[in-house]
Amino acid sequence: MRTQEIAALLDEPGCPHSPGQKGGCARATPGAAAGGCAFDGAQITLLPIADAAHIIHGPISCAGSSWDNRGTRSTGPTMWRFGMTTDLSEQDIIMGRSEERLFHAIKQAVDDYEPAAVFVYNTCVPALTGDDLEAICKSAAQHWGTPVVPVDCAGFYGSKNLGNRIAGEALLNHVIGTREPEPLPPEGQGQRIHDIGLIGEFNIAGEFWNVLPLLDELGLRLLSSISGDARFQEVQTLHRSEANMLVCSKALMNVARQCHERYGTPYFEGSFYGVADTSAALRSFAESIGDPDLSERTERLIAREEARIDAELAPYRERLRGRRALLYTGGVKSWSVVSALQDLGMEIVATGTTKSTEADKARIRDLMGDSARMLDSGAPRTLIDTVHGHDADVLIAGGRNMYTAYKARIPFLDINQERPHAYAGYDGMIELARQLCRTIDSPIWPQVREPAPWEQEPAPWWEAAAS
Amino acid sequence: MARIERSSSALSVNPLKAGQPVGGTLATLGFRGAMPLLHGAQGCTAFGKVYFVRHFNEPVPLQSSAVDPMSGVLGADDNVTSALATICQKSAPALITVMTTGLSETEGTDIHRLVRAFRSAHPEHAATAIAAVNTPDFLGTLESGYAETVKALIDALVPGAESAGTRPGSAPRRVNVLPSSALSPGDAEAVTELVEAFGLEPVLIPDLGASMDGHLAEQDFSPVTTDGTPVEALAGCGDAAATLVIGASLHAAADRLRERTGVPDYRFDHLMGLPATDRLVTALCEIAGRDQPPQRIRRHRRQLQDALLDTHAVLSGTRVGIAAESDLLKALATLLYDTGAEVTTPVAPDRAAVLSELPTETVYVGDLETLERQGRADGVELLLGSGHAVATAQRLGVPILQCGYPIWERVGLHTRPRVGYRGSRDTLFELANLLLEHREHTGGVRPYRSRYRSALTA
Repeated sequence: MRTQEIAALLDEPGCPHSPGQKGGCARATPGAAAGGCAFDGAQITLLPIADAAHIIHGPISCAGSSWDNRGTRSTGPTMWRFGMTTDLSEQDIIMGRSEERLFHAIKQAVDDYEPAAVFVYNTCVPALTGDDLEAICKSAAQHWGTPVVPVDCAGFYGSKNLGNRIAGEALLNHVIGTREPEPLPPEGQGQRIHDIGLIGEFNIAGEFWNVLPLLDELGLRLLSSISGDARFQEVQTLHRSEANMLVCSKALMNVARQCHERYGTPYFEGSFYGVADTSAALRSFAESIGDPDLSERTERLIAREEARIDAELAPYRERLRGRRALLYTGGVKSWSVVSALQDLGMEIVATGTTKSTEADKARIRDLMGDSARMLDSGAPRTLIDTVHGHDADVLIAGGRNMYTAYKARIPFLDINQERPHAYAGYDGMIELARQLCRTIDSPIWPQVREPAPWEQEPAPWWEAAAS
Repeated sequence: MARIERSSSALSVNPLKAGQPVGGTLATLGFRGAMPLLHGAQGCTAFGKVYFVRHFNEPVPLQSSAVDPMSGVLGADDNVTSALATICQKSAPALITVMTTGLSETEGTDIHRLVRAFRSAHPEHAATAIAAVNTPDFLGTLESGYAETVKALIDALVPGAESAGTRPGSAPRRVNVLPSSALSPGDAEAVTELVEAFGLEPVLIPDLGASMDGHLAEQDFSPVTTDGTPVEALAGCGDAAATLVIGASLHAAADRLRERTGVPDYRFDHLMGLPATDRLVTALCEIAGRDQPPQRIRRHRRQLQDALLDTHAVLSGTRVGIAAESDLLKALATLLYDTGAEVTTPVAPDRAAVLSELPTETVYVGDLETLERQGRADGVELLLGSGHAVATAQRLGVPILQCGYPIWERVGLHTRPRVGYRGSRDTLFELANLLLEHREHTGGVRPYRSRYRSALTA
């Protein structure tokens, strides 16, 4: 990928990071870097496309350390659970055999697994040696009769976030708009159905299944999701969507914006975390589409669901009211989860904003007031000190921080992509509340915090008072 | 304080209970060169033998007085004396325990008189120790039969301090350990190693960890147990610095040992989880005169703490059903309760005082059908129980951790320690993994396919 192309991706006009003082996304600091690379970001964006083969072109580390690590779910095929790589050897690289190897690797994937398409991810070594990914993929597609999509996402190009955009760019340039949607199945005929799209929804732990039945009920046909429980053919039809929801505000901004520019599809940013945000997302679809009947039905559905969830959440609210949380997570979740936790009556002592846009931060201020404490470092020491300094009852963050919290004897809830629980939608709120109660109220905390019986204990307060 | 709910059903379906003779047999198997003898019909022994052969994957010595129709009516006293004589002649065991059964108790056998009569009639077999114990199967369970037998063996083999000239603490490193039937051979071995780590010399009474641990002995055949507590070791009980009693079912046996010897005892309901093991380790520090336990033990404690952290998110809130004898039930329920799991459905085969102290709302006294019905009503997600409960778990569609007696369809589970810092840690990991594996297949949100989705996409 050329430098100008990378720069163009970093300069995302739709992204509030770009026009500010910062030149696009933050660069990693050598020696103090955290988070994934561009390859990581591209891969996690596309892996949930469940009927496509995903081939990682490079030596073993890229695939070897990351395959079968995506917590997404599918109603059908689960190709992402197969790790495929060209596993380049020293000889391949020295003798310049890696392109040939890739060509045959694609054939093998097509022959053995009959995928709907093949995504080929470029990594650092072939990017350095100059493999012509684009040409090989084109030639392979012609030879083997299956779409082959090059994703030029070598790790050194930049951050995980850049990788998300590279993946989006690959979809825009090679996939979206290459097929027309299927006619509606008989179930959908006879009523007014609107076609919609989701961008940046990954069906983690199957959480989108909490929401999808509601869309069906409203007569919203999900043409395609990028990329939770998606199929390649569905992604191809996204250009026909009447309204797109951008679920992860920053990562795939380029896809939403360009679908708007190229196909005129309106989009809005939203979240399915928390009762208020789920309702707002449903309303936004109705507004974007501009069908008054849909709006009316949406309001009725929201009223019904909110009443139901309110009743089911009551016992958890009882237990969680006034409990204090430190939230450290990326982007959209820095505010969407805030509102979810506030729904439960919890206090947020601080929220992490390392990966948040200015718009995200504005929403945080709306929710938490101007005095909202924002953390722009996720260093373990900072997190631990903030928990202790502000008397937090629980740290809510990504999986990588789980053991930091545990070693510091702090209750923890995993909120990021590897999490095992489904938190989206109305029912996701109940799961979130349940999991919070589970860790905060666990009886293990005194067992891991109190000294062993034989350890020197501080003098009891009455002795200290007497002396 | 748990409420005890007793099944009033006339029919026991899928019994959780095993009889006292089986428990007495188990206790006897923990002694070296021992032969248990059941005074009853042949079937009592045959079934009991198969029960343990399949459980331990070991040959199991067990003999019968073979009461037949004639002796069943006219009196079977001669069967006992001739059985004792035959066993002594054939195998010259170090120990025979003679246990009654429902049959012989209903006949009205005085088993203690019969043993005395045999002793005086056969002085040539004086080298074989013989203990008699009443273990009718119309009373109690495996756990109480085991406990009664331990008490009877103390009666028969531990001399009074005055007559034997023993003095508590005169063997300052020696520690008597009375482990209840809740402790498997693996558990017994773990307790031995823990006590030894303090430089102390434990004598387990009985020691299933030495006899039924599944070791390949030198000799190709032995009609009696190949290892276990040596009978002679009981003579020195009175010199020990302390006695550790593990399991409430052994209180009567422990009382007897203390009366006889004057050795002070430390009593523990169980050794699962951090608080329980802390209590044992604190006691061992005291007995050994140490400020703190050895480094290795302190590390094991920290490992358990870490395991609590790593497993609590999986285990907490999980609804659990447990079917086990009282002491094991208390141990497992406490271990789970301490991680935040909800033991909704604890089932014991019989009443016991310790049940009311379970950290649960209710304790059911019943069978595996109780576990199944109540477990279904309570929405249990995990079971703990013997191999008999595997079918229950399958019908409920939940995973099971096999523990207790009997386990017939798996090998080696009786060697797995579940007590102490280590055993508790590994058990927590095992439980969490069972749930994780199960939830991979069944957990989470139900897959939902949009009704508008094209049939062309799989």
